[in-house]
Amino acid sequence: MQKSWRHRFHLPAVIGTIPMILVALGVFVIGIGFSVLWSFTSSKLFPTYDFVGLAQYRRLWADNRWLVSVNNIWFFGLMSITCNMVFGYLLAVFMDQRIRQEDLFRSIFLYPFAMSLIVTGLVWQWALDPNLGLQEALRNWGWSSFSFAPLVSAETALYALVVAGIWQGSGVTMAILLAGLRGIDEDIWKAARVDGIPTWRTHVSIVAPMMKGAFATAFVLQCVGVVRVYDLVIAMTGGGPGIATSMPAVYVIQLITVRQNVGQGMAGATMMLLPVLIVLAFSGILLWRRNRLREAGA
Amino acid sequence: MAQNGTSVSIQDLSLSFGVVTVLETLNLDVAEGEFIVLLGPSGCGKSTLLNCIAGLLDVSEGSIFIKGKNVTWEEPKDRGIGMVFQSYALYPQMTVEKNLSFGLRVAGTPKDEIAKRIARAAEILQIEPLLQRKPAALSGGQRQRVAIGRALVRDVDVFLFDEPLSNLDAKLRAELRVEIKLLHRKLQNTMIYVTHDQIEAMTLADRIAVMKGGVIQQLDAPQTIYNRPVNRFVAGFLGSPAMNFIDGQAETGATAAFKTGNVSIPLARYAFDAAGNSSGPCVFGIRPEHVALGEAANAMPFAIDAAVEIVEPMGSDTLVWTKLGGQNFSFRVEAEKTLRNGEPIRIGFDPARASLFDSQSGNRM
Repeated sequence: MQKSWRHRFHLPAVIGTIPMILVALGVFVIGIGFSVLWSFTSSKLFPTYDFVGLAQYRRLWADNRWLVSVNNIWFFGLMSITCNMVFGYLLAVFMDQRIRQEDLFRSIFLYPFAMSLIVTGLVWQWALDPNLGLQEALRNWGWSSFSFAPLVSAETALYALVVAGIWQGSGVTMAILLAGLRGIDEDIWKAARVDGIPTWRTHVSIVAPMMKGAFATAFVLQCVGVVRVYDLVIAMTGGGPGIATSMPAVYVIQLITVRQNVGQGMAGATMMLLPVLIVLAFSGILLWRRNRLREAGA
Repeated sequence: MAQNGTSVSIQDLSLSFGVVTVLETLNLDVAEGEFIVLLGPSGCGKSTLLNCIAGLLDVSEGSIFIKGKNVTWEEPKDRGIGMVFQSYALYPQMTVEKNLSFGLRVAGTPKDEIAKRIARAAEILQIEPLLQRKPAALSGGQRQRVAIGRALVRDVDVFLFDEPLSNLDAKLRAELRVEIKLLHRKLQNTMIYVTHDQIEAMTLADRIAVMKGGVIQQLDAPQTIYNRPVNRFVAGFLGSPAMNFIDGQAETGATAAFKTGNVSIPLARYAFDAAGNSSGPCVFGIRPEHVALGEAANAMPFAIDAAVEIVEPMGSDTLVWTKLGGQNFSFRVEAEKTLRNGEPIRIGFDPARASLFDSQSGNRM
């Protein structure tokens, strides 16, 4: 027993990973634990341990603002992830045509990702601001009837967020998918051409399925970005106009810092964690099953 | 099928990428039902030529005819060809059956016709038990069989093989080599086969095209190429262990002879090429298996005393290294023969079986 323990945990490795272990335990496990715990209490400005059961969750799901936030994140998530994947793949295919200046294009496409979302949000906000950006510029150039101010209207503000999200995220998706595309044996393309399979069909039926791993990586990265989307919203719209672009993360932070309602904020945070846990459990089960199948097959 | 008619005809084909010329005004006629092997070292343009025939590369100049039809600018699928790749290039997410049927389904072939063709291909290649498996669950040999099957179901006139056996281990390679030969006999299709393996070329081909630098050096039956190579490159590329090359001088006239050091080899029995009976520096080549030892050597038109330097037993036979006119010289003896280093021996050969090359051009004399 002793021997196998030593065999598994080399001392230098343990020492090296202690900071990471501490961070993981301290921030994630303990932090998440307290969040969940306080979500069952009536905490207001400061955390208390006055347990009220699911009362905070009931109030949360009765709050119109939370419901709008949840709707918004579904819409934002589905739109931006889908568009990011499609654009990213198309860009990757474009880059794979052995174009000149590939490095230049790759830098241009990746550049938005290198910027903080606050900067991205601010740039887009300025560009779309009716008094500073596109609208004003075109009016000054003489097109005086031109009107384009998506951030001011409750109906269009969310679309503007989606566009900014795509602008920011499709470059990374492209980089990941391009790596996947480059990993495909050239003979596969040749074989498909000899078989008379149209190029789009080769992409859909042969190449894309071969890039499952790259797609999964890009998808997970996008999902993480969507669940925690906060800074982009704050910088671009601040959740407005009204509550039109509120998102769960924005809602939770506002409850804790502005509305001094820690209990309900924690309930919101816990609700944000739930889908992540479900996805993790699901993929864990899939992985476990595949491993078992492989062992059985081998 | 009788060997009449031309199946594939390549006329004045050139291909260059920018300033680099890969193929240069190349001509090749392949008869119907013929098995042609394109043989050469890597970078000689043999795979490029095959890709041009398949339509996977656009040619710079010249034209390609398949079955009398000019297909130079046709899409690969319209050329009546099937192709087998070195890396198999199977579609990994599809079962073997889907791999075989996918092209046909996309082309809109009727279902019963697809089933019929798959059944036939599976039977010929004996892959019936594998039809529902995915490529990852197959061995290398099985994968290559499936890849051949994918070419087979296309029901084409010409098969193109791009180093199909290079990814397999030696034993499997030998097995599949025989299978491809049997397949050719059964189907009687035209086959064009690219390889850098001379054994594959010798065993499979009706004719071999030895290539170097984008140019076909010699196109002939395997035995002719082996016994009468047109230049020094071809002579050195084919044959393992390689042919002996001895530098020296050719002397012509009434008593033609090859001289190197104090050795003089009579060339009276050597059949000079029409062009090349001239004096001057040249290279004398003789294959190790054409050299006799001991009593047998004395019976040969040329015999000389030598001493054993190194003995390389190879199992089936033994390669012995010695010196001739001060230059390295190897010959083959039966494995049973035991020779010790330094042992004096007598070796001999018939100059009629030798090859003489011009030192400058490397061409056969």
